[in-house]
Amino acid sequence: MAKIVASVNVSHVPAIGAAWDNKKSQEPYWKPVFDGFDISKKWIADLKPDLIILVYNDHASAFDATIIPTFALGCAAEFPPADEGWGPRPVPTVIGYPVMASHIAQSLILDEFDITIINKMDVDHGLTVPLTLMFGQPKEWPCRIIPLPVNVIQFPPPTGNRCFNLGKAIRRAVESFPEDLRVVIFGTGGMSHQLQGKRAGLINKEWDQRFLDSLCADAELARRIPFIEYVREAGSEGIEMVMWLISRGALDERVRQVYRFYHVPASNTALGHLILENESFHP
Amino acid sequence: MSNDETIRREPTEGFDDVPGTTLFDAQRARQGYHVNQFCMSLMKAENREEFRANEDKYLRKWPMTDEQRQSILERNWGRMIELGGNIYYLSKLFSTDGKSFQYVAATMTGLTQEQYAQMMLNGGRSIQGNRSKSEWSKETEKSKAGK
Repeated sequence: MAKIVASVNVSHVPAIGAAWDNKKSQEPYWKPVFDGFDISKKWIADLKPDLIILVYNDHASAFDATIIPTFALGCAAEFPPADEGWGPRPVPTVIGYPVMASHIAQSLILDEFDITIINKMDVDHGLTVPLTLMFGQPKEWPCRIIPLPVNVIQFPPPTGNRCFNLGKAIRRAVESFPEDLRVVIFGTGGMSHQLQGKRAGLINKEWDQRFLDSLCADAELARRIPFIEYVREAGSEGIEMVMWLISRGALDERVRQVYRFYHVPASNTALGHLILENESFHP
Repeated sequence: MSNDETIRREPTEGFDDVPGTTLFDAQRARQGYHVNQFCMSLMKAENREEFRANEDKYLRKWPMTDEQRQSILERNWGRMIELGGNIYYLSKLFSTDGKSFQYVAATMTGLTQEQYAQMMLNGGRSIQGNRSKSEWSKETEKSKAGK
C-alpha cells in the first residue's frame, strides 16, 4: 500500500523564488536562507519519495474571486508554473498522478471532506518555492506531485482543527491506495508575517517557536489554536500556518524531528522549516 | 471514524480588535469584488497596456464605487484594503507599477522603504503593544499627554 512517512513544512515567500531565479542565492541577504536547506536537500535525496502531496495556497493566480474553494485537489496529469504578473518561473512543469489523485478525492468525499476537484490549474510560488528550496534546479522534479490548494486568503479559512482532521483523512485515502508508494506530505506557508495595514512587518519569533514545538511534541495543542490567535499573534498572513496542521494530521501521533530551521527576515516574513518523520518509520 | 469532534465554532468577536489590520472576510470580499477582479485583469499584458493608456477609463469597466476608483488612481494602498481590496489581488496592480510587496507594505506603515527594510533586518515589528486596539489607543493617549 501507499504510505505517508514524513512531512516537510516550509514557508513559500515569493521573493525566495525570485532570488533563486535571478541567481542571487549566494548574496549575503539570501545565502543564509538557502544554506538552511542543505541538510533538507540531502535528507530528501536519500529518502527518495515516490510522490509528494503538496499542501499550499494559491495567491490569486489560478483562482480569482469568482470561485473560492476551501479545500481543492489537483487531479490533472500536469500543472504548469503560473504567470503571476512577471512571467512564469523558469521551473519544471509539475507532473501529477491523476489515478491516485482521483482515488484520494473519492476517499475524502466519502470521509466527509467535500473537496473540490481541479482538472486544470497553473501552480504559483506557493507550490514552486518549496520545491526549489528542497530540490534546487533539476531538469524535472524528482517525483510526481499532487497539489492540494487551501483557501487562506478570504477569511475565515478552515480552522486548524479541521485542517488536522483533513490530514487524517488524507492518510486514510493514501493507505487505501493499492500501489506501494513512499509518500511525503508538504505543508507550506507562514510563519509569522503581515503584509497589510499599519501593523505590516509583524514578526513573532516566540509564538512561531511555540507552534513548531507543539507540532513536534503535542499537536493536540496546535490543532486547538483559534483563527483569531493566528491573526493577532502571527499576523494576518501568518494564518497560512493552518496548512502545517494538514501535514501534521497525516502523520503518526508520535513523530521525530529530523530538522528545524528558522530565519528572519525573508523579505516581509519569518521563514520556518520543519521536517518530521513518523516514529514508526525506519528508513 | 467519526468526525464529530470537528463540530465546534470559533467566536467571531475579536475579528476587529487586531490593530492596524483589515481582515479580508466574506463581507469585505463582497465589497471589494470588482476591485479585486480589476486587479486580476492586469495579469494579461494587453490589459496592462490599456490600463496604462487611460487608467480612469479602464477602471470604469468595473462597477466599483467612486471611492474605490479614486483610491486606485491615487495608489492609496491602505485605503484600497479598507474598501475590500486584498493584498494578493493588489499585487497584480503594484507589479504592473513595477513595485514590490515590501514597497507597498512600507507605504501602508508610513515608513520609507529603507526604514521598513531595516526594521525587518532588525527582526521585524515586535508583537509587544501590537496585539489589541486597546494597546494602540493607550499609546495615542500617552503621546497626547506627553505633548
